[in-house]
Amino acid sequence: MQRVVITGYGIYSCIGKNNEEVIDSLYHGRSGIIYDPARKEFGYRSALTGYVDPPYLKELLDRRARLMLPEQGEYAYMSTIEALKNAGLTQDYIDEHEVGIIFGNDSSATPTIVATDIIREKKSTVFAGSGSVFQSLNSTVTMNLATIFRLKGINFTVSAACASGSQSIGLGYQYIRTGLQDCIICGGAQETGIFSMGSFDAISAFSIRENEPTKASRPFDRDRDGLVPSGGGATVILESLESALKRGAHIYGEVIGYGFSSNGGHISNPTVDGPARSILRSIKDANIDINEIDYINAHATSTPVGDASEAQAIYSVFGESKALVSSTKSMTGHECWMAGASEIIYSLLMMKEDFVAPNINFENPDEYSSKLNIADKKINKKIDVFLSNSFGFGGTNSTLIIRKYTG
Amino acid sequence: MTNEEIINKINHFFVEEFEAEESSLIPTEDMRKTLDLDSLDFVDLVVVVESNFGFKVNTEDFQNIISFQDFYNYVIENYTQQEAVKPS
Repeated sequence: MQRVVITGYGIYSCIGKNNEEVIDSLYHGRSGIIYDPARKEFGYRSALTGYVDPPYLKELLDRRARLMLPEQGEYAYMSTIEALKNAGLTQDYIDEHEVGIIFGNDSSATPTIVATDIIREKKSTVFAGSGSVFQSLNSTVTMNLATIFRLKGINFTVSAACASGSQSIGLGYQYIRTGLQDCIICGGAQETGIFSMGSFDAISAFSIRENEPTKASRPFDRDRDGLVPSGGGATVILESLESALKRGAHIYGEVIGYGFSSNGGHISNPTVDGPARSILRSIKDANIDINEIDYINAHATSTPVGDASEAQAIYSVFGESKALVSSTKSMTGHECWMAGASEIIYSLLMMKEDFVAPNINFENPDEYSSKLNIADKKINKKIDVFLSNSFGFGGTNSTLIIRKYTG
Repeated sequence: MTNEEIINKINHFFVEEFEAEESSLIPTEDMRKTLDLDSLDFVDLVVVVESNFGFKVNTEDFQNIISFQDFYNYVIENYTQQEAVKPS
């Protein structure tokens, strides 16, 4: 079995457009949530969203490449160029080696709806244009990035709802671990456009604390009332240890555990047992003692039921172990398909800078969160090992464990 | 619309939509090579022609078009025909 390490990462999110900006936001507990009046006008129950600044790509990509990229593809492109640079992977290197891509993405609603509206109005499909089909497919991110960066390795998209980004890293880990690939660009991407989240809003999943946008996402807090949708792009470069050492690459961390499970229950209601099994599987895979885990980046999205279930699942595994817990969704909102990847990056940044980012807005615990060691403010702390949870609709669960690389 | 206005309009969308250098739009030059057009670009060409000139385009119509002048002629001919049958 190969050891699997992380040699680069890049992020484009509502709390920063690169690693440096994001470190600053995490450190200072800065929220990226806004009130978007257009959502209200459109018929949303909640106008809250993470705001992601659209990147300017005209000087970076030619017309053809830009035409093919939907919103979340643009974010993923930005996070990927940062990750590749961070990893020291040049286009020359990529051209000469088999580099793969596995990304998490579970929708591309905006281009689909825009094209349908045009076809309906014009009564001609051609008016959808040449880019529409490539923007609309669920695999839009991987098909675009594989083309732009001329990748020759594994190439597919993982759709696992809000666990997509985490599962992409888990699968990349498996491909490298078993020797099938040496280097894979993994990550997650999430659209934020007004067309993308209406059906999610329809089931009353979103917070309606509209008078205080930056306080709306409050995972584990007693008075939480729902999640805040958000998005962006997050890219992690996974590589075999052998390949990383051969290149002389800097190693930011090692993936030592991947756990997964399916609840086998309701389509949207979570369970305690499903996430607990995912956590336990990851710990078994990592072959570590639970006391070695310094920090848990919780999935906790700020929904009443979801956070309570996760708190119980964490407690059932960790008991009195005092690993610090926080949900960075308190600042970012729920980055959905991207979250499992972005939260690995947020945690890697904390590991690099020796602090645990605060679970902002955690003012009063509830019955279950009171049993956890939740970081309600920034805590300076050396992190050697962290665990990151991601759970999705349909009961899909994924857990990753990363250890600081020490040789 | 005069022929000159039609050509100006076409050149404008080559510059705006296809990001062509204005100086590269030489009537005798090979349009596909100059603009580096692939089959997908022809879909977008159909959209801009239909949107700007109002006549129905079939992608097969482009098969015999080599130079920019061929393209100008194609648009002028179809546009003129369309205008001729419009009730005054």
